[in-house]
Amino acid sequence: MLKSRRIKGEPLFKIQRIEEESPTKSFIVRVLAVLAALTAGGFFLSLLGHNPLVIYQAMFKGSFGSVMSTQGTVKIVVPLVINALAVSLAFKMRFWNIGTEGQMIVGAIAASYFALFKGNWPHFLLISTMALVSIIAGGLYGLIPAYFKARFSTNETLLTLMANYIALYAVQYLKEGPWKDPGAKGFPQIARFAQNARLSMPLGVHFGWIIALLAVPLVYIYLRYSKQGYEIAVVGESEKTATYAGMSVPKVIMRTMFLSGGLAGLAGMLQASGADRTLTDTVAGGVGFTAIIVAWLANLNPAAVLLVSFLFALLEKGGGYIQSMFKISASAADVLQGIILFFVLAFEFFLRYRIIINKKGD
Amino acid sequence: MDLNYLISFIYAVIVAGTPLLLATLGEIITQKAGNLNLGVEGMMYIGVASGFAVAYYTKNPIFFILAAILSGALAAFLYALLTVTLKANQTVTGLALSIFGTGFANFVGETITNTSPTRTAVLDGKLMSYFKPINIPLLSDLPILGRLLFQYNIFVYLAVLIALVTGYFLFNDIRGLNLRAVGENAAAADASGIDVFKYKYLAICFGGALSGLAGAYISVITAGGTWTANSVSGLGWISVALVIFAGWNPYKAIFGSAIFGALRVLRFYLPRQSFNLPNSLYGALPFLVTALVIIFTSIFNSKEIQQPAGCGVNYDREER
Repeated sequence: MLKSRRIKGEPLFKIQRIEEESPTKSFIVRVLAVLAALTAGGFFLSLLGHNPLVIYQAMFKGSFGSVMSTQGTVKIVVPLVINALAVSLAFKMRFWNIGTEGQMIVGAIAASYFALFKGNWPHFLLISTMALVSIIAGGLYGLIPAYFKARFSTNETLLTLMANYIALYAVQYLKEGPWKDPGAKGFPQIARFAQNARLSMPLGVHFGWIIALLAVPLVYIYLRYSKQGYEIAVVGESEKTATYAGMSVPKVIMRTMFLSGGLAGLAGMLQASGADRTLTDTVAGGVGFTAIIVAWLANLNPAAVLLVSFLFALLEKGGGYIQSMFKISASAADVLQGIILFFVLAFEFFLRYRIIINKKGD
Repeated sequence: MDLNYLISFIYAVIVAGTPLLLATLGEIITQKAGNLNLGVEGMMYIGVASGFAVAYYTKNPIFFILAAILSGALAAFLYALLTVTLKANQTVTGLALSIFGTGFANFVGETITNTSPTRTAVLDGKLMSYFKPINIPLLSDLPILGRLLFQYNIFVYLAVLIALVTGYFLFNDIRGLNLRAVGENAAAADASGIDVFKYKYLAICFGGALSGLAGAYISVITAGGTWTANSVSGLGWISVALVIFAGWNPYKAIFGSAIFGALRVLRFYLPRQSFNLPNSLYGALPFLVTALVIIFTSIFNSKEIQQPAGCGVNYDREER
């Protein structure tokens, strides 16, 4: 009997693109990615001579074990959720806004001006002004790269990134120069905000958590049910289609980036006024980058952003806890977050492609 | 301004520009293969940390260099696996690498310093002596020229050599031509019999190796052999922008990195009396100029100098 053989050079299998998207599959893949990353992390921890289960349990205890630790965790969640929402808005449009870090800082700077120099305003007026100017400042800072992207197709990834560093040095300038606290004995730092300029603390966490909780459904509805949200999706899918459908692509890009930057700016105000009670150069402290991982892991879905933010805040807070308990560097949490993202990126392949084994005799 | 002052300025510029040159060359080759790897910052951090850790424990200069290069290449291999084979989004994968690399370096650094009784980690003096400025009898002692040309650390010469070799490779070698074909139009290159995947993998890993080498440089030269947190601090991102500034040309990258090296050391060489600017402005300067460069190159978009057409887009054989 003749045995048919594969033609030389014909690969063993081929891959085929899957056109339809399945939310269930996407969810399962992401859960698997997190589990795979935790397993890989656990393997790494056992190499260091620890029992991974004990460590993970300690991380959980350190972040949700008591009322106080839970409050601490929520405090981490707030800027993360808002920034991840900001990232989602931009990424949905395939505009790679890596600059929420900088937009957050600029928002915090604008709010701090009022906290430091208009501190005697009535509390409600002061806080609302701080929130408003932080949104405008962050939004404008996001608008700059959006304008150049829309007008000259300037690389927005690099531009938003450079803007992060520029914003950071602006804080350094302020704290060493015009805003330096004369009462700090020559130490370059900005004065602490007066009580009047601080956010109230419902349930022991600054008011930002209520804003974050409100922002999630708002962004969800905006993306899902508004005309503008639809335009974002179309521009993200194909700029040509969007133009063809009569949309002004530059307008959509700039509007969305103003919103994205504005959200990040607001997060900056909440962080400065609610958590730090002053302006420091760690006001963003890498949240803008973690937010990117959160948004991608959440598949740019605002509801999922909330869930993933809690997971990541757990890693962050728990990371600090295991540092003091087991002398494991707190950066282990960052490493783990990076590994999770790698696994998500790898596993997403199976959402977009199916593998077909070339059968003998075909 | 006297001559000695000018010479030491140029000297400092070259020393500050070298890690930028190495990383930029790697990214040029990577982008020429059609992959925009935004993980340069992360790969440099991985090179810094792996190199430092190996140097710290083995005290061996060869192992130090190898660890930095191989870890950078390994990180790039991961990027290649995700983007070339698994066709993950290049932008997000690169970012993931940068985020991971930064965390990884902090983790390694903190682990080493935490176990040290002094809470600091300094590399072995003998190992460091290999990376001191070279001393060639006669040549290094020449007036002016000796200091300008023959007194750098070994990496500087290596970087310039790599720039010349990659330039020659890209523009004068058939494999360089093939590589450019892959980056411009992978489908056409594939159809003409070029092994697209091999070229992409090799180019990306080469890019990572050079980023790792730049990390080694930062470990022993920029940070002077003492563990320093956040030692890369944006150099990787500037390198990605330098690729655009240099117009994907390794020869021009030499001058580009010198210019950005100058921006980094300017604050120490401008006379205080006439330029009394705040430190923060000098710190922001390289990033400000980079932002302006990115904007202006996109406004005056020339026909001849263009990003490889296939850059950023994953090649899918089934979509031919």
